[in-house]
Amino acid sequence: MKDVAFGQYYPADSFVHRLDPRLKLLFLIAFITAIFLADNFYGLAACALVLFAVILASRVPFGKVLRAVRGILFLVIFTAVIQVLFNHGDEVYWGGPAVYWEWKIFAVTQEGIVLAIFLVLRLALLVMCSSMLTYTTTPVALTDGIESLLTPLKWLHIPVHVLALVMNMALSLIPVLTGETERIMNAQKARGADFETGSIFHRIKAIVPILIPLLVSSIDRAEELGNAMDSRCYRGDIKRTKYKKLRFGWRDLIGFLLGAALVTGVVLLRVYPVGFLGSFL
Amino acid sequence: MRAIEFRDVSFSYGEEGEAEPQIGGFRLNHLNFAVEEGEFVAVLGHNGSGKSTLARLSNRLLEADSGEIEVFGTLLTKKTVYEIRKQIGIVFQNPDNQTVASIVEDDVAFGAENIGLPREEIGERIAFALKAVGMEAYRNATISRLSGGQKQRIAIAGVLALKPRIMILDESTAMLDPRGRREIIDVVERLNREEKITVILITHFMEEALRADRAIVMNRGEIVMQDTPAGIFARHEELLTYNLTLPRIGMIVKGLNAGGIPVSDTLDIEKLAGEIAECVS
Amino acid sequence: MRIVAEHLSYTYNERSPFETRALDDISLTIEEGEFFGIIGHTGSGKSTFVQHLNGLIRLPSSCKHYHPKKPKRGQPVPPEPVLKVGDFDLSDRKTDFRALRKSVGMVFQYPEYQLFAETVSEDVAFGLKNFADKKSRPSEEEIKAAVRDALAAVGLDAAEVGEKSPFDLSGGQKRRVAIAGVIVTRPEVLILDEPAAGLDPLGKREIMELLHELHRTWCKTIVIVSHDMDEIAENCTRVAVFKDGTVPYISTPKELFSHAEELYALGLDIPLTAKLTAALARRGIAIDCDFTTEDFLEKVLALKKGGAS
Repeated sequence: MKDVAFGQYYPADSFVHRLDPRLKLLFLIAFITAIFLADNFYGLAACALVLFAVILASRVPFGKVLRAVRGILFLVIFTAVIQVLFNHGDEVYWGGPAVYWEWKIFAVTQEGIVLAIFLVLRLALLVMCSSMLTYTTTPVALTDGIESLLTPLKWLHIPVHVLALVMNMALSLIPVLTGETERIMNAQKARGADFETGSIFHRIKAIVPILIPLLVSSIDRAEELGNAMDSRCYRGDIKRTKYKKLRFGWRDLIGFLLGAALVTGVVLLRVYPVGFLGSFL
Repeated sequence: MRAIEFRDVSFSYGEEGEAEPQIGGFRLNHLNFAVEEGEFVAVLGHNGSGKSTLARLSNRLLEADSGEIEVFGTLLTKKTVYEIRKQIGIVFQNPDNQTVASIVEDDVAFGAENIGLPREEIGERIAFALKAVGMEAYRNATISRLSGGQKQRIAIAGVLALKPRIMILDESTAMLDPRGRREIIDVVERLNREEKITVILITHFMEEALRADRAIVMNRGEIVMQDTPAGIFARHEELLTYNLTLPRIGMIVKGLNAGGIPVSDTLDIEKLAGEIAECVS
Repeated sequence: MRIVAEHLSYTYNERSPFETRALDDISLTIEEGEFFGIIGHTGSGKSTFVQHLNGLIRLPSSCKHYHPKKPKRGQPVPPEPVLKVGDFDLSDRKTDFRALRKSVGMVFQYPEYQLFAETVSEDVAFGLKNFADKKSRPSEEEIKAAVRDALAAVGLDAAEVGEKSPFDLSGGQKRRVAIAGVIVTRPEVLILDEPAAGLDPLGKREIMELLHELHRTWCKTIVIVSHDMDEIAENCTRVAVFKDGTVPYISTPKELFSHAEELYALGLDIPLTAKLTAALARRGIAIDCDFTTEDFLEKVLALKKGGAS
């Protein structure tokens, strides 16, 4: 239960894990852009190849990454079915008729099948690359990365530092609060509370004996935490320095070049389509 | 030199104008005491005796109604509070309520960041603080996975990173198991001896007070005893009236004396065994 | 109710990088009427064990989608875990776990943090109402009487505190109310996880006295989890030592604490009386006491009298 907070993070010491989180965030953005720019299978194949290399380098088991797709399995199937049933295109990719079957607004066409496969692959790649970010980056590094990337907002007097501190504190409190919730739930269960059966109204009512103790202890917690922070000379952003400066290293340079190459490659494939599948869309 | 001095300090909290402190409200009446630099002082008292309020007054987390508090010759005021907070480190009760980050070094860095130290120095101070509490090996560990005693040692390290000259432990051992308690007391004793940090240990474990140079007993918001631990435990009848008990060894001494075996008021097991042996053989 | 556990194992976060084995094939029996102690460090498996006793943690075989693991070829078939509390067979899916929880009361660490209701009476009545039979609900009068008795059993006066908010009470009182909220269903077994934690010395003593009183008048069997060796020596009939999910020792405090070296090796302490007895033994004075302060003093004083005569 305590690990829910870090549920996504897969601890390992790898090239990808050690990349600057900012770079990983930018890389993810680049990768998603590339996936959307890719309008043919070669573009997607290029993306898949890079993703595969990243997964290998990260030492995250492949099965774990695939499992991320399972979470959106319904969406994937839904998209595929819609494409296959409603596409009326007449493109021919291989021998045989362009349209296999047609009835009222429904149709099964070659183009529909190809497009369905394409979209499914695109979705799967999207989910897999985003989950790679959370598998290989601790939540703390992620907030640091986000804070750093948002620095320009400071010029608009948006308190980015406070935002990041709050995010960090929230993250460090999650395991504490899940543990506490579990404890209180167990205590009330031992007193015969039932959270699993009954009508919705009944279940909402059943939450009260958990919520109130949680609230009461959270108020105590907040007070002590505030005192502890004040005692350690916290005064907001006044004259504050930061110990962890994210630094751009050689790994990050390689990562950056790889990302740039990917986007360029996909764009090139878009401009100069290759092969028979390249021309669709 | 005088580390901290309370001169005629009064404080009240809760309902106004009540003669007796109510539950949830209490008052401190005309406190006068001083702690010399390098001393190890224990503050004893039953729950609600006001001993924790003492800690919160000393760095102005709470503001005294009247009286003066002086820290190393500087009067505690609104202006000097931030300077004084650098000098006084407070460790609180609940190890889960004092961390602002999920990773050990990020949390230890917090105080040092707050006072605007340069990066390199923060790094050095983290190393120093973690070494002082014997947690060097955990610099990159996740705090939520540590034991209670380890978490509390990280809290001490977080305070040490500010290089305070006084350390106050506000019931910091109350929620720990015996092993965690021993860890904390050992660390604190070493800091007192080797780093010459003045220690004020607020506790209701009578055994912990045995290691102090001096003990202060509080009852209903007043200081009622100030003496060496042995001197205090020699006055058992009086202690009982303050809702405190003797440490277990004191109870045995008392039982032996009552049964006609005259042993001295020692707090040392070997010495007591020796005296018993002499008496019965 | 007799508690019998055999070959109990439990693993948290199975098949993940955070996998931890909390219980590793433990077997132990707690007889009816005991004041049983459980000691061990944090993470030794003692909390996991006691949570099995009222079904908060279920045996795999009592879960809905249970498929017994096929043993690997060539390996011996692991023995089936057994857990019985009185007549309740906790390995059986058909067991009435509600009825079990009613007869096995569980007081968690810092139980005052489970208080939630507007008044003390309401909070104490919570369990009573939850466990009430759907067909024959207790009347308001019956509930009132049960709450009054439970509060009286923990040394509180319903007329005085019953209508107060539980959050307006002192720490020690809150803990008593929380205990009343568990014993109100008159459980036969009462399990308490560090009942004295966080209390000042007087509060500690009062809580232990209260538990003895409850043991005499209210719950037949009491099981406490404790870190305090003196507390164990003073109060318990028998003790189980937990270590890394196993139970290396189960015995009387007298037997257990005479093996100081083994306990030190486990990183555990021994009571002061045992330390004094050992220190006296080194000086050639043998004392055969059960390590309660009372018995220790008696034996030492008897020695003095014997020496004088």
